[in-house]
Amino acid sequence: MTDMQTMAPRASEPAAPPAGGAFVVRAAEPGEVFTPERLDETQLAIRDAVREFVARSVEPRRGDVEARDYATHRALLRELGEQGYLGVDVPEQYGGAGLDKVTSLLVSEGLAEAGSLAVTYGAHVGIGTLPLVFFGTEAQRRRWLPGLADGSIVAAYALTEPGAGSDAQGIRARADLSSDGTHYLLNGSKQFITNAGFADLFTVYAKVGGEQMTAFLVPRDTPGLTVEAEEHKLGVRGSSTCALTLADARVPAENVLGEVGRGHIVAFNVLNVGRFKLAAGCLGGMRPAIDRAIAYAADRRLFGRRLLDFPLTAERIARMAERTYAVESVTYRSAGLIDGRLAGAHGDAEQARAALEEYAIECSIAKVLASDGLNEVVDDLLQLMGGYGYVEDGGAAAMYRDARIHQIWEGTNEVNRLLVPGMLLRRAMRGRLDLLGPAKRAGDALLSPEAPIEDGTPLDEELRQVRAMRTALLVAAGIAVQRYGDRLEDEQEVLYRLADLAIALFAAESAVLRARASGDGLQANLARLVVLSSIAAVERGTAEVAGRVQEGDERRMTLAGLRRVLRRDPIDGVALRRAVAAALIERGGYRGV
Amino acid sequence: MRIVVLLKAVPVVGNEKLVDGWRVDRSAGLEANGNDEYVLEAGLKLVEQHGGELVTLTMGPTPAMEAIRKALAMGAARAVHVQDPVLAGSDTLATGLVLAAALRKMEYDLVLAGADTSDGQGGIVGAAVATRLGLPYLSYAAHIEPDPSAETIRVRRISAAGYDVIEAPMPAFVAGTQLLGEPRYPSLRGIMQARSKEIATWTLADVGVEASSVGSSAALTEVDSATPPPPRAGATIVREAPEIAAERIVEFLASRRLV
Ligand SMILES: Cc1cc2nc3c(=O)[nH]c(=O)nc-3n(C[C@H](O)[C@H](O)[C@H](O)COP(=O)(O)OP(=O)(O)OC[C@H]3O[C@@H](n4cnc5c(N)ncnc54)[C@H](O)[C@@H]3O)c2cc1C
Ligand SMILES: Cc1cc2nc3c(=O)[nH]c(=O)nc-3n(C[C@H](O)[C@H](O)[C@H](O)COP(=O)(O)OP(=O)(O)OC[C@H]3O[C@@H](n4cnc5c(N)ncnc54)[C@H](O)[C@@H]3O)c2cc1C
Repeated sequence: MTDMQTMAPRASEPAAPPAGGAFVVRAAEPGEVFTPERLDETQLAIRDAVREFVARSVEPRRGDVEARDYATHRALLRELGEQGYLGVDVPEQYGGAGLDKVTSLLVSEGLAEAGSLAVTYGAHVGIGTLPLVFFGTEAQRRRWLPGLADGSIVAAYALTEPGAGSDAQGIRARADLSSDGTHYLLNGSKQFITNAGFADLFTVYAKVGGEQMTAFLVPRDTPGLTVEAEEHKLGVRGSSTCALTLADARVPAENVLGEVGRGHIVAFNVLNVGRFKLAAGCLGGMRPAIDRAIAYAADRRLFGRRLLDFPLTAERIARMAERTYAVESVTYRSAGLIDGRLAGAHGDAEQARAALEEYAIECSIAKVLASDGLNEVVDDLLQLMGGYGYVEDGGAAAMYRDARIHQIWEGTNEVNRLLVPGMLLRRAMRGRLDLLGPAKRAGDALLSPEAPIEDGTPLDEELRQVRAMRTALLVAAGIAVQRYGDRLEDEQEVLYRLADLAIALFAAESAVLRARASGDGLQANLARLVVLSSIAAVERGTAEVAGRVQEGDERRMTLAGLRRVLRRDPIDGVALRRAVAAALIERGGYRGV
Repeated sequence: MRIVVLLKAVPVVGNEKLVDGWRVDRSAGLEANGNDEYVLEAGLKLVEQHGGELVTLTMGPTPAMEAIRKALAMGAARAVHVQDPVLAGSDTLATGLVLAAALRKMEYDLVLAGADTSDGQGGIVGAAVATRLGLPYLSYAAHIEPDPSAETIRVRRISAAGYDVIEAPMPAFVAGTQLLGEPRYPSLRGIMQARSKEIATWTLADVGVEASSVGSSAALTEVDSATPPPPRAGATIVREAPEIAAERIVEFLASRRLV
């Protein structure tokens, strides 16, 4: 495909949605990339409504939320249920609204400003409710989903154990079927269970006969189930986190969720949504951090000037915005991909599950990029505020503490990074994604540098750099597979870098295509900054991979080729960041982007 | 009870722009007039308590749609939107004429309007409509209490001394104030339901008003000039500890002879 074809608007019918992970092997069509600018009227109204909910229903009760008052959390969940927010991902016939994933994103994003309530909400609608949505029998769904959707029943999800977190398949909780086949006896303990303090229904994972991983629906009043004391946490202190003890907990056989021995399928599928929603929640925390930074710096005077007037402040604000723009572009694009595959069948649980599985790679990328981005941004805010950032009443300290958990749960960021190349290679092996052909072509391309696009459209050079990044990633992946084959799994450092290359590529492409579509000058500059950071990361990462997997002349050749492919004219990043900061300040924050 | 709420779409307060020197720019970014959301809230509560149906009536350009949709998401059952290019530039008299004509085609026990608007600030349209329709006009309402069995309505009207209680037979016209209570905000459920609610668009011909009696050419009043208010001066923010802060504020007020 020539460059011009890549960029020409598509005539007539829309193309089939791209396969998950396809961004690694081919350039996206502009129309494939969903952006916040494409939100429709209903979605915009919902976004406003969520903000109103936070301002009017949560704000007056924020103290009680953060003091972990169970009754307040329950009451607010109930209110969310009455207003329809708990049913976004629940099919209509079970009391939900069965809406699109973009709307789901908007709600999670908006509720991020609700502090610890966002955690209660996230656990309830995500890992709490979705196992039933995806895998419940008709009877189970009828029994539980209406209550989960209206907030009268609160859900929790119990997978982690003291001895098994990332290694979820290594859980030791066991379930034994009674001799009459009517019930299971569950034994074991669960660790760090969100909402446990007041939840009514737990999805508990245990191994039948000590071997077959299985999910169970366990009501709170089950004899033998004990909820232990609250943990003392670094952040999200208003949320409930407790251990569970199962001592001959008696669970009816009809409460098996999904199939016996297929619990890991339940767990993995639910995590895909969890990761996507988590990215949306992180994004929701990033924008307010920028707005707060600008407001604080405008107010604070030192050396006879406003803090805002120092170039280093502008640089910090621009960096925060660059991160946010990348996360926003990636998260909305991912939501759009999922919706594109669903093609309106949002209420169909099985189709929703399949669409989320298709884009598991994108979900992991969004999770890592967003949680790392949020942590960088709140760190920037705290540093900008100096001592006022470090003390509790400045507001930044809580944001800083609350952000950290997102790099740990729903699969740590290490686990999610390892998953990205892992899933790509597995899909290539199973013939779901042609990785080999493009990797070979990328190897050839090393010898002939990318021709500039230069069609005069905005960001044409950035688009060329995105293509160069793709070539570099494919080369790095190609030489790594060639060298290690099946043993690549043990080369975690290489896998980790391949993941970062994929993340950088996905972020840069999403940002550039979005900025081009928007026609907005500020967005164009933000996209330029994203590309600038991404290409630097790609240079570093590919050099490290080549340094590890090749030797001698071969390595020299690869590195020279990579340098050629990634070569670009130097630009004035300082001027770019100053311009971005000035534009943001003029617009009064990031909201207007 | 059948209630019609007169809902005007106005520019977002603080974002008003003048075009052609004096005309308010209504080409985009309109929202429901603040007071009208308060009476809408009061109307929704009455329907919740007594049953019936609430319909909104708006005269305004296409961008008024967003305000109408929000009203539907808040709980209005239907909406009527009177929209016609010749209506541009209509004055208070014409607005009252058109709204009254539209109401003649609707069924109601109660018509609710805001006391005034944030852009025009006339505070006249309600009285004009009530007069044309020969309805009892109960203004400055802080509280509305119908007696459906007696078919009367009782209103607390704000007065200099507190409030007067006034009563009238229905159908009646009530102009309400913000003392009616804070309006609700739309829920996700309401927004989704609003998508299938009817918005009837009526032209001037549909309501039976002659084009010659509306628009700027028919206006009996003329605007000599209009100027936007001067921009607000920068705020002073006091960040010191409470005792010192209190002193600073007193100093500030004293320096301006406000205390
Ligand atoms: C506040 C809070 C709420 C939580 N809520 C829930 C909940 O509701 N339900 C639930 O089931 N769980 C919940 N969790 C558990 C959470 O999902 C786990 O903490 C997380 O999965 C990590 O597991 P772990 O803590 O056992 O860490 P470990 O798995 O012991 O990880 C330790 C370190 O090893 C790294 N690591 C892991 N695997 C690899 C590998 N293959 N290669 C190299 N490095 C590796 C990790 O990245 C990490 O840095 C919660 C945790 C917290 C703190
Ligand atoms: C710059 C400018 C120029 C103007 N030029 C003229 C002019 O030349 N001549 C002139 O007479 N007037 C003029 N107006 C007034 C303008 O026509 C009024 O905005 C309009 O007539 C409605 O009056 P109001 O906004 O004062 O409503 P008010 O009388 O303050 O409204 C009271 C209530 O009536 C209802 N209502 C009012 N309007 C509507 C509506 N359109 N649809 C539904 N309900 C409604 C609402 O419930 C509202 O709360 C001008 C206004 C401005 C700002």
